[in-house]
Amino acid sequence: MLRLFANANYDFIKWRRVAYGLTAAIIIPGLLLFFVHGLNYSIEFTGGTLLQVQTRQALTTGQVRSALDAAGIHDAEIQTFGADTVFVIRARLGGEERGIEGGGTQQTAQAVAHALDAGIGAGQYQIVRTEAVGPKVGRELQGKAFLAIFFSFIVTLVYLAFRFEWRFGLAAVLATLHDILTTIAFIRYLNLEVSLVVVGAVLTMVGYSLNDTIIIFDRVRENLRKFRRQNLYEILNLSINETLPRSVLTHGTTMATTLALVALAGEVLRPFALVMTFAIFTGTFSSVYIAAPVLLFIEKRWPGEDARGARAFRATTPAPAGAPDPASKATV
Amino acid sequence: MRKIRSRLITISIMILLAVWELIPTNATIRVEDAAGHMKDSVVRQVPISLGLDLQGGIHLALEVDQTKGPVPDPAEAIRRAERVVRTRINEFGTKEPVVQIVGANRLIVELPGESDPARAKGIIQRTAFLEFRITDMKNQFRDALPEMDKALRAAGVHAPAAAGPASAVSQLFGGDTTKAKSKAKAKTPAAPDTAGIGQPGALTALLYQGQLPGEFLVPEEQVAVAESLLGRPEVQRLMPRGLDLKWGTDVESRGARSYRALYAVDEKPIITGEELEKATARRDQMTNQSVVDFVLSRRGGRIFERETARHVNDYMAIILDGRVQGEPPVIKSEIGQRGQIELGNKTLQDANDLALVLRAGALPAPLVIVEERTIGPSLGHDSIADGIRAGVVGVIMVVLIMVVYYRLSGVLAVLALALYALFTLAGLAGFGFTLTLPGLAGLALSVGIATDANVLIFERIREELQHGKLVRTAVDEGFQHAMSAIIDSNVSTALTAFILYLVGTGPVQGFAITLIIGIAASMVTAVFVVRTFYMIWLQRRPDMVTLSV
Repeated sequence: MLRLFANANYDFIKWRRVAYGLTAAIIIPGLLLFFVHGLNYSIEFTGGTLLQVQTRQALTTGQVRSALDAAGIHDAEIQTFGADTVFVIRARLGGEERGIEGGGTQQTAQAVAHALDAGIGAGQYQIVRTEAVGPKVGRELQGKAFLAIFFSFIVTLVYLAFRFEWRFGLAAVLATLHDILTTIAFIRYLNLEVSLVVVGAVLTMVGYSLNDTIIIFDRVRENLRKFRRQNLYEILNLSINETLPRSVLTHGTTMATTLALVALAGEVLRPFALVMTFAIFTGTFSSVYIAAPVLLFIEKRWPGEDARGARAFRATTPAPAGAPDPASKATV
Repeated sequence: MRKIRSRLITISIMILLAVWELIPTNATIRVEDAAGHMKDSVVRQVPISLGLDLQGGIHLALEVDQTKGPVPDPAEAIRRAERVVRTRINEFGTKEPVVQIVGANRLIVELPGESDPARAKGIIQRTAFLEFRITDMKNQFRDALPEMDKALRAAGVHAPAAAGPASAVSQLFGGDTTKAKSKAKAKTPAAPDTAGIGQPGALTALLYQGQLPGEFLVPEEQVAVAESLLGRPEVQRLMPRGLDLKWGTDVESRGARSYRALYAVDEKPIITGEELEKATARRDQMTNQSVVDFVLSRRGGRIFERETARHVNDYMAIILDGRVQGEPPVIKSEIGQRGQIELGNKTLQDANDLALVLRAGALPAPLVIVEERTIGPSLGHDSIADGIRAGVVGVIMVVLIMVVYYRLSGVLAVLALALYALFTLAGLAGFGFTLTLPGLAGLALSVGIATDANVLIFERIREELQHGKLVRTAVDEGFQHAMSAIIDSNVSTALTAFILYLVGTGPVQGFAITLIIGIAASMVTAVFVVRTFYMIWLQRRPDMVTLSV
């Protein structure tokens, strides 16, 4: 039987200050950059130039895309339009934003024309139409996404206060907030393009990180009840170590999927795959090095019943005892 | 034994339901035929609709219609139209459409594989300009008719002799063509025995006085004739000041003939749809009519109250996009913020569509569809092919890791994962959600959660075995102890997703929905299904000392 990290006994919590420093070193410059330069939003958010191209021979969207990529136009959206000799290209130059009246249309059209000359040959195509396009999604989506995350934090706090204790909920929410900040910093460092799909990846990360934190906290809750003599520091370490095989397995499998996406999913999906991979990394990191130490910190500042001495953990909801097979019943 | 059987029956029922949901059904899609025209065609497909990014859809280009009179500021009109059109198709239920301004006066609307494209187009194009106007209470129009006839006669237009009962005969012979040739007919009336001076005037012969002041009935087959006569400059000149003519929507049949109503109404509306705040459709129980109830804004309510108070006992025409809806009701007493529009025998769906466009607001100017095409996926076929390949590789890696690490138990988990995929897809089909790439991200996350649940259980069983427990006890306790972690983590993720659904828009909601369905399916398969597998396994091998986990 293959076992990884069985009976591990590492002192994770000891490294909390190093972890805080590391994470601050990632977040703070990233956020500064974010506030100075903002993010590189995709054409879905900014609008750009729409070109309708008629080619002599049938081409695939892949061929058109590689022609544009070779000329440095990376974030174009390419769609077949009725027939496979007609394409609609939505493109944008550089990282700068252009509104509808932006006037960059002619430059973009020229750049695309140059790219197509080089890629599929002059005279092999004809640009039927060139127009400025407005954004597909309003900026209100961004605001709404953040608002949604904010409200979901509140609901998480309430749920965890009810199932665990408010201190656990606060620690879990802070860990998730940490993940959002590091992910924004990550996107900023790599200057990844923020498309709708990347927004999806960030939301995925929120769910994943929360999930992971609660798995560890569940073990903390159990161990606080089981070992009444140990202090919280030891309980936290014990719980992280006990769940370590599970963490390695789960994150290993998910990371395998996202790395496959990074390697194989192509240019368009790569920002999404990169953010997902980083999200798994930071979600795992924060469950161990942020959520658990922050819980310890909160218990020190505002001691609850299971602070330090950790006696008599208030069992808000003991596991349904008595029934011979509660596990399966609970899901039917 | 009995327990296992009932569990297996439950699982079988769920599988049957899932397969039932996924049986291909007929769907209408719009395709381009060889000549480049769009037409509806019916295909059989698995009832999961894919979004614009994955599958493409219909592409409509709309422009402000200036043929019926110039629009002062088309660019501004298109900006306002964008908001109105976006609200309308969102309310129509199309998931994640694209509404985008192109150039100065063009609007692109892209709809994913829509089940009823014609209806969607109707809703997008509908102007939905609602106004209430008082009918011609003083019969000014009727009194002006003789003068108009005189003017027409001077211009050489005579009453079509067929206007009387004879026209029923002419209708038998060639009634159908009368509409199409309206312009020509006005000059050369239908019946050959054109008449002399003694005939009644051209208009008087066409317009029968209706029951209400300002109401006239025109034989259905003569509507086009009447329209062109009324549009002539010599008639327009004699039109009483402050009056307008509006056709009704309803066709009334009297005996063998059907008539369309024409109303002379005040030029100035007492109130327009701009003051409308709410509109809901319902079916009136008493009359079995479709009705749209509306509520006006406070300001609109005050204006409406004042105006209706001034016009008690007058008739009020409800005009939508220039057509009078039904028969103008009499104003019995002053009306405040609430009112209703009766739609007669129209279907409830028509009423719902009307309520929808009224709520979303009127288009600032009529829009025409200048182009309609099918459009490929916005991610591009190449990216989707790459994405699928990467996804397959990812799944194979998950399967390998699970089977190598957990051996036979890993195989059980993989089997459960296959069921998970089936249930999730069935859930998406059942609720009619559109799957987009952010949605697929949600699915990927819930696959992770599904495997995680099994990993938690297996690790727990291993721990219990290590503590020296018997196989059967270890399995029982493994499931039991892993439960609280699985429930708490999944419930809080599902709650988060639910909030995202409530607060977010389009793509955020798509993500949330697929995540919630995925979590529900993963709880069923990872816990209930895998547990059943274990029960069968333990029953077959009761003497098992070591567990392949």
